[in-house]
Amino acid sequence: MIISKKDIPAFLDGLMAEYRVFAPVKTGTYTMFQQLKAGAEAVLDYSNTKIPPKGILFPQSEKLFTYSLTGEGAKVEEVIDAAQSVVFGIRPCDARSIALLDNVFNNDKYQDPYYLTRRANTVLVGVGCNDPCSTCFCASVGSGPFDTAGLDLLLVDTGEAYVVETVSEKGRELAAKAGLTAAGDAAQAAAARVKEEAAVTSAVSTDGLKAKLDVNFYDGIWDLIHEKCLGCGACTYSCPTCHCFDIVDDATGTDGCRIRNWDSCMFPLFTMHGSGHNPRTSGKERYRNRVMHKFKYFVDNFEAVACVGCGRCINNCPVNLDIREVLADIRGSEARLDK
Amino acid sequence: MQNITNLVQDAAKKLLEDKTVDLVVGFSGGSLPLRSTPCFIRTPEDTAKLVWDLSCENNLANYLRKKNQKIGVVAKGCDTRSIVALIKENQIDRDKVYIIGVPCSGMVDRNKVEQLLEGKELLEITRDGDTLALKGKGFSKTAGISELLHNSCRSCGHPNPVLFDQMIGEPVAAGEVDTFADITEMEAKAAADRRAFFTDQFSKCIRCYACRNACPMCYCEECFVDCSTPEWIGKTIDPQDSMLFQIGRVFHLAGRCVDCGACERACPMGINLTLLNRKLVKDVKDLFGAEAGLSLDDKAVLDTFAPDDPQPFLVKE
Repeated sequence: MIISKKDIPAFLDGLMAEYRVFAPVKTGTYTMFQQLKAGAEAVLDYSNTKIPPKGILFPQSEKLFTYSLTGEGAKVEEVIDAAQSVVFGIRPCDARSIALLDNVFNNDKYQDPYYLTRRANTVLVGVGCNDPCSTCFCASVGSGPFDTAGLDLLLVDTGEAYVVETVSEKGRELAAKAGLTAAGDAAQAAAARVKEEAAVTSAVSTDGLKAKLDVNFYDGIWDLIHEKCLGCGACTYSCPTCHCFDIVDDATGTDGCRIRNWDSCMFPLFTMHGSGHNPRTSGKERYRNRVMHKFKYFVDNFEAVACVGCGRCINNCPVNLDIREVLADIRGSEARLDK
Repeated sequence: MQNITNLVQDAAKKLLEDKTVDLVVGFSGGSLPLRSTPCFIRTPEDTAKLVWDLSCENNLANYLRKKNQKIGVVAKGCDTRSIVALIKENQIDRDKVYIIGVPCSGMVDRNKVEQLLEGKELLEITRDGDTLALKGKGFSKTAGISELLHNSCRSCGHPNPVLFDQMIGEPVAAGEVDTFADITEMEAKAAADRRAFFTDQFSKCIRCYACRNACPMCYCEECFVDCSTPEWIGKTIDPQDSMLFQIGRVFHLAGRCVDCGACERACPMGINLTLLNRKLVKDVKDLFGAEAGLSLDDKAVLDTFAPDDPQPFLVKE
């Protein structure tokens, strides 16, 4: 199928009659995923959004339920968001991150109704990356500029139009509903050429990384790697796969609600026990956990690294602590369990 | 700048060779264009990694608190002011810090570069005198360095180290006297307009606390914003809570903030944080004639009381 670029605003306006539509919108010097008010707001020639779109399925601050105390007793109402949504223009790295998050929110131990309801009612329409950034290393972590993991439809930019590839049944239905026309042979060939030519220039080797992380928990390298880290949450909150949260109550008088907020393992309070004991006493333990969770624990649990190579943590870090260099340092280090 | 780089390397090398210090904190080349990165040098050989350029923007005073080693630090004017303020607050032991002072003519603001390039990716920079050539895929632009400097650098009144054990290079001339024009302009606005402006700014906040953590003066073991019993402010990304967090932070920095701009530089979301900080910097200057971190000899301004301190809050006799 194919859709002309000039038809995109009308296409999105059409979707908005039935769906909440989220797309990259220009805000100052960067783009962010926002719910569209008009199809023309969507910007598709962007490198990547400042903050990933994971918040559409897993909001940074999310009301889980409300409660109130009435004459008849306590009343609790769950807040489940079942609105139909389309995320339009998501990059393959971010879509892949959602496929990874599915493991966390839907497994044999736990099914998260808030995330899963949104996930079931959301169609992900991706745009491949003809021109990956210098900080994109998706190809090194099992993905690539036209990866379809997590997506329902993939758009390939061929200049004047997007060639649309169907990835899932959900995508097929959306395309049929929008009445997209079939792409001719020439357009298909152009799309294939674009895919071939897109080059990811940044690479990270993960060969042997997991084996090293399996044994280097006590290695001296952790004393040095985190040294310049400020311990802020800029990397966590700009990471499409980070998914830790904290739950708080927000109540006034007899009414309140329970909220879950994104949390970051870079913060001291993240592991603070009620007793006052904190097993991760310094930036060393916290940064080690960040690396371990992404490149060891997640692999142990779900057989995939929890990094999609979007490069946001590289661009957003206030001290340029670059995960590519960190991984290279770890791979180059001598790892022993007994250090 | 190459010259300064060499001098910084030589100074650091000597300090490590003669064991004056155990460690030198400085900058090395980062992984992105216009992005030098804090580095920790422990051997004379490694001093070759040190650089000095237009992107040594982090305030390295942050890395000096409560350390047992003797540390050499490469410090700009603002870094040394933070060091002075921290010495006065017993956070840094003067005897354990060796300051390699470097006069600073300002650091380049990557947000301004991004604005100039309209979101296109910067891949390479070259400097030619007072201009920078900014290159990316299929484009090249030139811009005057002075236009690209951080606002805090443009209004900086103390570009030269105020405290040092060794000075590298020649002192630079301070810019024009800071008139706080940005603050008077904001003060002149109606309260509703100010609220609208800051609500818009703080609607961008993701509560990552990069501003707080990048600030050398924000060193509380438990920040009021993290405390949950009692919960002083909400934990969500409600702009009112984010604004309250920042206002609280700014008040805690009254008379302590050296106006280095580290908070705003660290913000990944490009929030204007210096306006709030500089309002307090201006107030402290207007009310008490004081600026933080300039001298070890005077007491911190909010640590003193004088009978003629302005007291407009008292009932008139």
